[in-house]
Amino acid sequence: MYGPLWRALPGPWPVKLLQALVLTLAFVAACFLWLFPAVADHLPFNDNTVTSSSPSRTTTP
Amino acid sequence: MSLTRAERRALEQVRGRPSRPRPSLASRVIGVVGELLITLGVVVLLFVGWQLWWTDITADRAQAQTIQSLERQFGHAPADGQGTVTPAAVPFGKAFAIVRIPRLGSAYARPVLEGTDHDILSQGIGHYEGTAMPGKVGNFAVAGHRTTYGKPFSDIDKLRPGDVVIVETRTSYVVYTVQRHVIVTPEHVEVVAPVPQKPGVRPTQAMMTMTACHPRYSAAQRYVVFASLLRTIPRAQGIPASLLTVPKGA
Repeated sequence: MYGPLWRALPGPWPVKLLQALVLTLAFVAACFLWLFPAVADHLPFNDNTVTSSSPSRTTTP
Repeated sequence: MSLTRAERRALEQVRGRPSRPRPSLASRVIGVVGELLITLGVVVLLFVGWQLWWTDITADRAQAQTIQSLERQFGHAPADGQGTVTPAAVPFGKAFAIVRIPRLGSAYARPVLEGTDHDILSQGIGHYEGTAMPGKVGNFAVAGHRTTYGKPFSDIDKLRPGDVVIVETRTSYVVYTVQRHVIVTPEHVEVVAPVPQKPGVRPTQAMMTMTACHPRYSAAQRYVVFASLLRTIPRAQGIPASLLTVPKGA
């Protein structure tokens, strides 16, 4: 997976390395900004409230 | 120097990698799956870092901004302070008060927003909808994060009976004193009842309940602190400095 990706990047290896770093940073940023906040909404350990066993309107589990 | 096509092909074959057999399809698939699994592991570690470190940084910044804008609003509010507090209905998700707890630091100030959804608790302390407003007879019940998202109730277990909790609203400073705490499982909703732990009983007293996760980094239980109204000070009078001093001792 990463082998073909590396080969697909153009230029000599320092340029490839720079591109790889930029791609990695972009991936991490996407995780921090969109993926993780969206996932965190559905995880049980973020809950601090008391709710009856059948919560009526609270979205937290 | 020009080569014929056949010569070039022959040269490529000679220069080409030493005859290593091309990996079979199965081993290539396994290789890709392995790389995906490693990637997944790294992403999970990143998530832990985001949750435990990054959410604190962004939430602290956002909550400090909310405090600033609340202070500005409160400063411009008409000083009609008759001990009357916030209008009864605050729109869902709106910040309407500032909680100050000297025991948790002289600079401790956190916004209170209406509602207790995940999205709201990441912006500050959440007010259980339908419970009393600050200073009113009944139970002003709030929830906050023990860890992550700025962790407003990180040190809720340091509160001791007699400690002061100040809820600053547009019109007044509502001062509560801590009475006691309990640790319960999350379905014990009676802690936010108008008379805490006595559902169905008609309230005669103004109470405050704070809930947070317990133990830290777990959501198995809730750490619940009960406080009762000491007094309500109109905004125009200002808050006595003696109330804001950090208490000594454990």
